[in-house]
Amino acid sequence: MAEQIIYAMYDDDDVLKDGAKKLVAKGIKVSEVFSPFPIHGIDPIIGIQNTRLGIMAFLYGITGTIIATLGMRYFMIVDWPMNIGGKPNFTYLDNILAFIPVTFEFTVLCAAHGMAITYLLRNKTIPGMIASNPDPRTTDDKFVMEFRMSENSKFTSEEMLDLIKSTGVSEIDQKEVK
Amino acid sequence: MHKESAIREPLILGHKTYHQITEDVCKPIEDKAPKTWYVLFAIALIIGIYGVGCIMYLLGTGIGVWGLNKTIGWAWDITNFVWWVGIGHAGTLISAVLLLFRQKWRMAINRSAEAMTIFAVFMAGTFPLIHMGRLWLGYWVFPLPNQFGSLWVNFNSPLLWDVFAISTYLSVSLIFWYIGLVPDFATLRDRVKRPIPKKMYSILSFGWSGRAKNWNRFELVSLVLAGVATPLVFSVHSIVSFDFATSVIPGWHTTIFPPYFVAGAVFSGFAMVQTLMLVMRKAMRLEAYIHTRHVEYMNIVIMVTGSIVGVAYLTELFVSWYSGVEYEAYAFINRATGPYWWAYASMMTCNVISPQLMWIPALRRSLYFTFFISIVVNIGMWFERYVIIVSSIHRDYLPSSWSMHFPSHIDIGVYIGTIGIFFVFFLLFARFFPVLPIAELKTILKSSGEYQKNQPDTHHDNSHNH
Repeated sequence: MAEQIIYAMYDDDDVLKDGAKKLVAKGIKVSEVFSPFPIHGIDPIIGIQNTRLGIMAFLYGITGTIIATLGMRYFMIVDWPMNIGGKPNFTYLDNILAFIPVTFEFTVLCAAHGMAITYLLRNKTIPGMIASNPDPRTTDDKFVMEFRMSENSKFTSEEMLDLIKSTGVSEIDQKEVK
Repeated sequence: MHKESAIREPLILGHKTYHQITEDVCKPIEDKAPKTWYVLFAIALIIGIYGVGCIMYLLGTGIGVWGLNKTIGWAWDITNFVWWVGIGHAGTLISAVLLLFRQKWRMAINRSAEAMTIFAVFMAGTFPLIHMGRLWLGYWVFPLPNQFGSLWVNFNSPLLWDVFAISTYLSVSLIFWYIGLVPDFATLRDRVKRPIPKKMYSILSFGWSGRAKNWNRFELVSLVLAGVATPLVFSVHSIVSFDFATSVIPGWHTTIFPPYFVAGAVFSGFAMVQTLMLVMRKAMRLEAYIHTRHVEYMNIVIMVTGSIVGVAYLTELFVSWYSGVEYEAYAFINRATGPYWWAYASMMTCNVISPQLMWIPALRRSLYFTFFISIVVNIGMWFERYVIIVSSIHRDYLPSSWSMHFPSHIDIGVYIGTIGIFFVFFLLFARFFPVLPIAELKTILKSSGEYQKNQPDTHHDNSHNH
């Protein structure tokens, strides 16, 4: 079934935000917003959950800490203990002070890289991907709201257009996609 | 939401719109490069190639071609390494620490400062690598199984901590920088007309489309990366200072080193940012975005960190006397009055006296004066490392082995060469990359744009129909 999509373009982020607020209050579902920069406060209006990437970063960081600890314990204590100036190295705890810098660095390394990779994969932004913004101007100075008719079955497209037009929109475009 | 105190000076001058910001940043990339760019690029390239030639000669012959001797086993190589790492501290400090403190003025400078960081850390990394002599065995610094050698690498050694610190710092700075670049590459991709640049920017922008959820993640990733990069910045130069501080050489064996090195790094990094920004804003007509206010803020950072460095110098002197260790005391007397007095005097003048001039508002707001001081500080910080390293080891416990360090032409060639390569990278960056964070600047336009700030309140409330 072909899907009807309405694109409403705005010149200003605040106008779009107020428009979105009004439309959502009327029961319209805003499927997506494309903008050249983050519009602060739009997420709760159009029902976007806060990202959980922060939790992932923590988990990656902990993984790094564990790998660094186990690795250094194996290298320096278990496999080949080195006598460095006669300092005690019978257990990991004896020598732990020397291991803190690398543990810290490796934690940061894993947290940052793990999160960055997850971020790119979750966004589907990887080298070679084709951009899907509806209009090239949305990376410059235009703000676009996308409405999918399948998600707004309570309204006819005429009703939708009338409601959208009352929100200070600058251009409206209708498209059909398979 | 977009309100800010009226007495705060605007960060974006003139009447800019969102589109105008895009225009201003993208225009120099889309236009033909000016002649001066080619001239500068050619000069940097020639110097860089000379440096690469010196490195090749060094690798082919061995590090005996450096001016080292049996007393002075570390000199220009480590001096240059620490100098470059120090310079590489400003970028991540600006983008990470200032992001955590919500300093909006960072946005005009963070992109190029981060680029500078990355290139400077590249240059820094060159020195330990070529110091290995057998560059192709460089991967031995990683913990590899025993059949690669008789032992694991030594995790008790600050030199190995350095390997982890520098490589983590470089790669984390790189992803921090690139994640910010992705949306701006998308802006360029949607603007450029010629097919090859379009294809290039399309690949570089990873198919960024600016969806609300993407921006939501973008903001969190920036914040968390800033959160982990902030302690990282401080840890990296602390670890660099451990290379010296954990040794037992008088003059190096000092607990003050970590904070003192970090302050010095921020000090020299900001000086380099000033040097580059003052030229770039003029050449690329970005005066509306990087103006006197930004320069003044950076000068205040230079003044504060310069004062910390000054206090550290004096503390070192005091402690060398107060400790009662005669070797320690001699190391410092020798530094100030021995054969390297001129290096010590340059360091003191450039790093302690010159930043104090920034207390005078007229001077710290003068662009020419700032440019001059930024060069002075860069020179001073090079001398600081030279003084710490060479003057501490050139007279050891055995007077018969006392010696002086004279750099060979290869020492000089490699150092000058890294400056050339650094500028090759930076000029390429300024030519093909958006030098200001376009997307981030647009977020502060309404609160910090000169035109928008001076609008009466009614203007804004008209668009708000609460």
